[in-house]
Amino acid sequence: MDMQASQPSHATVSAPSVISAAGLGLTFQTNDGPVRALSDVNLTINKGEFVSFIGPSGCGKTTFLRVIADLEQPTDGTISINGMSPREARERRAYGYVFQAAALYPWRTIEKNVALPLEIMGFSDAEKRERIARTLALVNLTGFEKKFPWQLSGGMQQRASIARALSFDADLLLMDEPFGALDEIVRDHLNEQLLQLWARTEKTICFVTHSIPEAVYLSTRIVVMSPRPGRVTDVIESTLPRERPLDIRETPEFLAIAARVRDGLRAGHSYDD
Amino acid sequence: MSEARGNRIIPVLVMLIAIVAIWYAGTYFMNAPFQRDLDRRAGVTRSSGDLFIATMTQPKPTLPAPHQVATNFFENTFLRKITSNRSLIYHAGVTLSSTLLGFVIGTVLGILIAVGIVHFTSLDRSLMPWIIASQTIPILALAPMIIVVLAAVNLTGLLPKALISTYLSFFPVAVGMVKGLRSPEIINLDLMHTYHASKAQTFWKLRLPASVPFLFASMKVAIAASLVGAIVGELPTGAVAGIGSKLLAGSYYSQTIDMFAALVAGSLVAVLLVTAVDVVGAIVQRRMGARPS
Repeated sequence: MDMQASQPSHATVSAPSVISAAGLGLTFQTNDGPVRALSDVNLTINKGEFVSFIGPSGCGKTTFLRVIADLEQPTDGTISINGMSPREARERRAYGYVFQAAALYPWRTIEKNVALPLEIMGFSDAEKRERIARTLALVNLTGFEKKFPWQLSGGMQQRASIARALSFDADLLLMDEPFGALDEIVRDHLNEQLLQLWARTEKTICFVTHSIPEAVYLSTRIVVMSPRPGRVTDVIESTLPRERPLDIRETPEFLAIAARVRDGLRAGHSYDD
Repeated sequence: MSEARGNRIIPVLVMLIAIVAIWYAGTYFMNAPFQRDLDRRAGVTRSSGDLFIATMTQPKPTLPAPHQVATNFFENTFLRKITSNRSLIYHAGVTLSSTLLGFVIGTVLGILIAVGIVHFTSLDRSLMPWIIASQTIPILALAPMIIVVLAAVNLTGLLPKALISTYLSFFPVAVGMVKGLRSPEIINLDLMHTYHASKAQTFWKLRLPASVPFLFASMKVAIAASLVGAIVGELPTGAVAGIGSKLLAGSYYSQTIDMFAALVAGSLVAVLLVTAVDVVGAIVQRRMGARPS
């Protein structure tokens, strides 16, 4: 149930809420005075949803994700993840986080990189092996276990970082513009793979992007945000089926949703100079 | 391949020939006044060619000629028993032992200081100024004091000399390792944070491996500094062996050829040590998946 004030409540599946934010705000104290990165965000994300956050830079979409991940502390309002505070959720390893860059450790092979969270969380060797094999298969990287990151393309590196985020089976996946640095062809391919992965694992995914087609293609719900101060201006429920071939992007239905996202961005003055 | 190698060797050879030529010229001009003085007292008159040869063959020249140094170095390196106290290998070995001991202690100390500085803000503020200040004191002034103070508490022999090497070598390692341990990017530290990794886990799995290239770069500086420290440490101690004592004895008795040969030995030891660190560094980093360059 999204609780955006101007937005009527949608009768979504009665799944338990994974993330629920009420009146959430965050003000950074900078040398140039306070900056309101997030203001009055009210949002509920349910289990199994794929929610995209879209908006221009400075709209607080990454900040919101970082608040969920306990990487930033909100200054107003409340947020809970699985009914816990972000800190408790982090301590219970409730989420996997995929950053903008793959952030693989260059001195570790791909399998060792995937093993990193497993080592930290104290999994047994047998379990580590099993999970590495399973998650690398999930991102189609079987056979690259012994390679070092520099031996892989950018897209493959980002897939390895997704495998790393999946390896410890958190139900929530937070992705911060994971394909932003990749070229369009690789990106299309990874978007398709990500949807398949989502269908197979039934995870809840929060996905930050600045690409309208990417947001519309992937999401069950699109949260449109705008800057100064960072806030939610529209929440769009996708009417697309869960099964989405790449060419669904040429259908009128897809284009209609994309147009609504663009309208939402324009209403939030995201296209102003 | 062979062309590339030729391109690398030719400039080095040209430089070498130039240095030797300048050295010979220098030998003539440095030694000629003394030779003329000697000749005048002995009432000998020489042709200028004769004078040139005489300046190259003095037993205690102001500046020894390259071939004199080379001959002396060859004799004292390859023609003496290693146990003989005239053997340069023997002296180099003595210096090497304290260099290595001092280097190991210095490296460990430098790493420990860096770990402390990176993990405790109070140490960062309190220790760093002292570390920098320590390096502004001339080691030549400090070395005799270290030797005397340690001798007063019955510490003599290898360790006091090694501690002078330590004093010089911990600094580059500490500075390099502080930089290395702080080198992981925010994104990598954030990643550890999302895993709820402990400080110790972040250290062993992120900070330490990330600092390895910095460690080897600073160890290269540190091992050269250790050698300098060991040689300087031999000067005021009245040490009977080591490259430093060889230099000191040479200067007492105006054995300039011996001094130059000892300097050559010292330089060769330095080259060997730095190369050894380099090779170990390359092997370690290759094992850690560094892209071959």
